[in-house]
Formats: sequence, structure tokens, C-alpha cells
Amino acid sequence: MANQEIKATERFNWPVTILLLLGLFTVLFPLYMTVIIAFKQPSEMTNSVMGLLSFPKSWSLDNFREAMRVTDFWRSLFNSFLITGITMVVSIIIHSLMGYAVARNMNTSKFYRFSYFYIVSGMFVPFAILMMPLVKQTAQLHIDNMFGVIILYVVFYMPMNVLLYAGYLKNIPIALEEAAHVDGASTWTTYWKIIFPLMWPMHATVAVLTALGTWNDVMTPLVIMSGSGMTTLPLAQLTFQTQFGTNYNLAFASYLLALLPMLIFYLVAQKQIINGVINGAVK
Amino acid sequence: MKSQNERARTFFLIAAPILLLFFAFNTLPLIKGFIYSFTNFRGYGTKYDWVGWRNYIDLFTDSRVGNSYWFTFKLALVATILINILSLIMALALNAKIRFKSFLRGMYFVPNILGALVVGYIFSYIFTYILPAITHTASMLASRTWAWVAIVIVCAWQSIAMNTLIYISGLQTVPEDVYEAASLDGATGWNRFRYITFPLIMPFFTINMVLCMKNNLMVFDQIMALTKGGPAQSTESISFLIYNNGMSGGQFGFQSANAVIFFIVIVIISVLQLKYLNKKEEQL
Repeated sequence: MANQEIKATERFNWPVTILLLLGLFTVLFPLYMTVIIAFKQPSEMTNSVMGLLSFPKSWSLDNFREAMRVTDFWRSLFNSFLITGITMVVSIIIHSLMGYAVARNMNTSKFYRFSYFYIVSGMFVPFAILMMPLVKQTAQLHIDNMFGVIILYVVFYMPMNVLLYAGYLKNIPIALEEAAHVDGASTWTTYWKIIFPLMWPMHATVAVLTALGTWNDVMTPLVIMSGSGMTTLPLAQLTFQTQFGTNYNLAFASYLLALLPMLIFYLVAQKQIINGVINGAVK
Repeated sequence: MKSQNERARTFFLIAAPILLLFFAFNTLPLIKGFIYSFTNFRGYGTKYDWVGWRNYIDLFTDSRVGNSYWFTFKLALVATILINILSLIMALALNAKIRFKSFLRGMYFVPNILGALVVGYIFSYIFTYILPAITHTASMLASRTWAWVAIVIVCAWQSIAMNTLIYISGLQTVPEDVYEAASLDGATGWNRFRYITFPLIMPFFTINMVLCMKNNLMVFDQIMALTKGGPAQSTESISFLIYNNGMSGGQFGFQSANAVIFFIVIVIISVLQLKYLNKKEEQL
């Protein structure tokens, strides 16, 4: 009895807990600094560290209003949502279909085995080599805009997602489909009615990985749609960098606005995001 | 028989357009890039000539390209090692019997979900104003010797979260009774980690090393935000140089050759890493 009580109090490793809590400083400091500077006025920016990091005199939203105006915040936010949302949905549909076609025929057909390795090997192709030809190609096809960026994302994420879907489908017994077949259902209907709903855990993983990647990506929209006058949320930070000038308060208000949607999403769906990332990396 | 045909036809109708799409926006540009690498195309206009292997020969004598390779490899290697050591320590700590476990895990993952460009801008301010005010030295970003260290720090700040998460899921695959057996044999602390834990999470170490190295070799956003390649071109990563000189510097053909070499280098490194680390896994 006494032994158990000792165990109960010893259960937590407090030294490690305290070290970890102190270590949070490294994560929180840059975020704290961003918030503080975003609320201050240029006149409050002193040269001393304490002056830089002290609370602002008033928590006014003026900087945010101004940053929204300068960077056309709502427009870029809308574009980012549109690009990420459509990419996510199209990826789930197309990549799961391809994963299905490949997984069910890989063992019997050379064509599908080749297709699988052909697509998955695309993972090794760095964007740097595709970048310049793609700029020409999208311009020639007149898709040097958001539409083109979405197509490119769907292609870029195909290797990883097909790999994930094909791997997942190996664990779904083929007997399910055969039973539906006996009942006279076509392969297409069987897929949407039986297989697609069974893959929800994988859809969640693919959605999270694709969304994180596209939302934060700068390079693709930068080279493909910079001529279209459209921006995404991260790209706006790059394009408006010169307009912020030395008004760091305005710049930081804009940075905070750019980080906020993802932080809120993380707050709401933390579990799904973490599970998605683990699933994607480990499989 | 009829249903067999229907099945095969459906699969083909699914696969063919998707393969075509993939070819059009992945393989085709890859081939085009390869073809451009044998021209002196400037990126605009329509006139260009075939120059054979000229671009490739020039690559090896161009000091700016050489510097970018040296910088990128130095950065990738140091960052990968640093990130993996710190992530392993973080994972062991976050997997210990600690209080507020899920809160701490959640908080430490935050850097990973933030956009690298904006994070770069925030750190740029820290390096330019906050750190010099504390240490009373010049900004790291303005120094040719120290700017790359600043970039390593920013890369690490973001990547540690991801790698820690992968190590944690690795540590969770180690069954509790293995530790119990080990403690009976008197293995504790460092020995327990060295001979029991680490070999068991070796596959996760492989994933982390390969992913981390690849990501770091392609570093771009951080450079854009922190240094734009400066000071004095000392922090130009390969991706940045290809973007900068290929897109607007009139070196479309030449940088295409650079990109081809970069592609081959990435493939070789990934394959070698997988082979070497897989062999180690088998031995254990």
C-alpha cells in the first residue's frame, strides 16, 4: 500500500517537465515578439531590448487595418483558400483513384507496376529543374494563374499521395469488391460506394499533408502567377516587403495576419494534423 | 469474362488520363529542362543556339555555382545533423513520464505549421535588431562568416518539430517489456539508449535523415526571407541561384544545366542514404 503511494507521487518526471516548459521559450519568443511589435506604433520602437519587447501602450488594431489595406488581405486570403481547398479535393479524388487502379493491378500487370514506379519516382525531381520549363509551358497554355498553380500542385503531390493510397489499399481485402461485383455493381460504382468511404483515415492524412504544403508554399505561385497580379497569403508578404519599408509594425501586423489562419486551424484540428503528419511520414 | 473486361477497361480509363497529366506537368518539363541545358537560351526572346556540353563545362569552372554548391551542402549537412540530434533529445524528453504531455507536444509542433517565408522574416528581425542589442555585435546576417549559421538556426527551428514527431512515433513502437528486460540486465541511461532504444528506432532515423537532408538541400524560402543570397553572394543556395539567375538573370540555358546536375545529385544522395542506412538496419 505504502509502496503504491510512493509510485503515484513519483509518476511524473518533474525535472524533464520543467526543462521542457523552460524550453518552450524558444518556440514562444518569436511569436510573442511578433504580437508585441504588430500592436506597437513606430514611435514606441526604441533601441533597447526591453523597450522593444515591452507591451505596447495601447492594443489598437490600426496596424492590422492598415496592413490589410496595403496587402489586399481579404483577396489574398480568398486566393489561398481557393487554391488550397481545390487542390485538396482534387488530390483526394484523383490520387485515390490512381492509388486504387495501381494497387489492384500491380501484381498482375506490368503496365500498372510501371505506372506506380513511374509516378512515385517523381518524388526525387526537385522543383528547381521543372521551374523554368513550367513557367514557359504554363504561359503558352495561358494557365499562368491560379488554375495552373492548382494543376501543378495536383501533379507535385501525386507521387507521395499515390504511394500512401496504394499502401493503404493493400490492407483492404479484395473480397469486398468481389462481393459487390457478384451483385452486379460496376467497378466504378463499387469504388465510390465501398472503397472510397473505407479510405477515410487516408483521406484525412492526404488532406492535411497537401493543405500544409500548399498553404505555406511560396515558390510555385511566385514563379507561375506573379504576372497575373494575383497573390496568395504568403506570397503577399514577399511582394509587399518593399512597401512596408522600415515600418516594422505594419510588416509584423501583416505577418501575424498571414500566420493566423493556420494557427487557428491548428488549434481546432491539432489531433488530425499531428496524426496526418505522422501517417504520411512513417508509411 | 464480361465483368473482367469491364474492370480492366475502368482501370485503364482511370489511369490513362492521370498518367497523361503527370507526364505533361512533370516528365515533359523535365525533358524540356534537359534540352534547354544544351542551349544558350536567355529566357526571353526566341533566338537561341545549341551549345552542346558548353554549359556543363562552364558549370564546373563557374565560381558562383561552385560557391552555391559548397554553401548548400554545408548548410544541409550541419542542419541535418543538428536537427536530428536535437529532435532525438526532444523526442526522448517528450516521451518520458512528464506532466502536461499533450500540451507540450502540441506546443512544440507549432513551428512546423507556420510558413517558412514569414518565419524567416520574423527571425530576420531577431537577427538584425534583437540579438545585436543583447550581444552588442553586428548582425549575423550582415557577416559573410556567420550568415549561414543564422539560416541553419531558422531551418532547425522549423524542422525539429517534424523530426521530433517522427521520433516520438518511433519510440512508441518500442514495447515496454524490452525496457524491463534491459533494466534487469542493468542497462540504464546512455547504455540503454545506445544498445536498446536507438537500434529499435533505426528505421525512423533513416526516414528522418533522408527527408531532412532532401528538404535542406532544396532550401529556398529561408534564403528569400533572410539574406536574398547575400552578403556578397555567400548564402546563395542552389535553388535560389537557379531561380535568381535563370528566371531574371538571362541564364535560362546555363541554369537549366545547373538544375540537371542538381537533380542528379539529389537522386544519388537519396539512393546512397537509403542503401547505407538500410544496410545498417539489417545488421542490427
